[in-house]
Amino acid sequence: MPATYEPIATTTLSSAAASVTFSSISGSYTDLVLICSPAQTTQGQGDLHFRFNSDTGSNYSFTRLTGTGSSALSSRGTNTSFINFENYGYPSDILGNSNQIVQIMNYSNTTTYKTALGRANSPETGLEASVGMWRNTAAITSITCFMNVGTLKSGSTFTLYGIKAA
Amino acid sequence: MATTYEAIATVTVGSGGAANIEFTSIPGTYTDLLIKFSIRDLRNSAGPGYLHLKFNDNTSSYSSRHLFTGSDDGNPASQARTDDYASFAINTDYSTANTFGNGELYIPNYTSSNNKSVSIDAVSETNGSFDAAVRNLTAFLWSNSAAITKITLYGDNNFKQYSTATLYGIKNS
Repeated sequence: MPATYEPIATTTLSSAAASVTFSSISGSYTDLVLICSPAQTTQGQGDLHFRFNSDTGSNYSFTRLTGTGSSALSSRGTNTSFINFENYGYPSDILGNSNQIVQIMNYSNTTTYKTALGRANSPETGLEASVGMWRNTAAITSITCFMNVGTLKSGSTFTLYGIKAA
Repeated sequence: MATTYEAIATVTVGSGGAANIEFTSIPGTYTDLLIKFSIRDLRNSAGPGYLHLKFNDNTSSYSSRHLFTGSDDGNPASQARTDDYASFAINTDYSTANTFGNGELYIPNYTSSNNKSVSIDAVSETNGSFDAAVRNLTAFLWSNSAAITKITLYGDNNFKQYSTATLYGIKNS
């Protein structure tokens, strides 16, 4: 049986770092799934952001549905230079306490803008179900995950999978 | 190429129901675990069905935050818990016949020596009041450094016949 769900690359940080980048992503899949287990060096200091193809322009937007543990909220950002899937579900400073799962559909087509679904989970602080958009028709060939403030803690893990259609 | 997304085991509840669904002797050869479930319990009174999640028979060190629809007025709400409630979105015998709550649990790095956070999405639908028609997103945490070798799903009531869950293993290389 041909494999339809394949690991593309995985990174486990051996020291604190501001970002993780998956580059030279093949266009041979249909969708991408990014499994993140991030921790940040200082609790509450920053948020995990995402960019595609190193584009730092104001070409992104996102909408988030949040559970804080006491309230259900929604929030959004427009014309940002990044996607931020979390508001309350930001990375903990304790390894293993947080995860973010990002699904990017039809990432290699060159006709449409790219949208992604995000789930952010930090049981200490909150969770999100979010959507992000990159207003660009280029195929996604790199993904950068970065902290807007502070650094990712050593031991944080990031794995990118590819899913193939028939 | 090696298979990286594999079915490990499936459990389907037989006639008479069952108190739980268990996956035991989970090998440590994968990176992440995924469970897809379809569950109805035998509660026969109003309200949502509750799903609990337990690792390695451990009864403590669980916490979670929930985002859900399904409160009495149908508006979204959120809740923080310090127990093993994983979801409020399994159907009960009080809801529309033949409906089962469906969902999935994703467990990254289940063999690591860090704590284990779980992403859970689940839904239950009934042709009735809001409180049993639930969309529930959960951030779940087991604050324990042990590798997960056993997973138990259980409810406030026994699971009904035909409830089922499949455990998958996912490798990152």
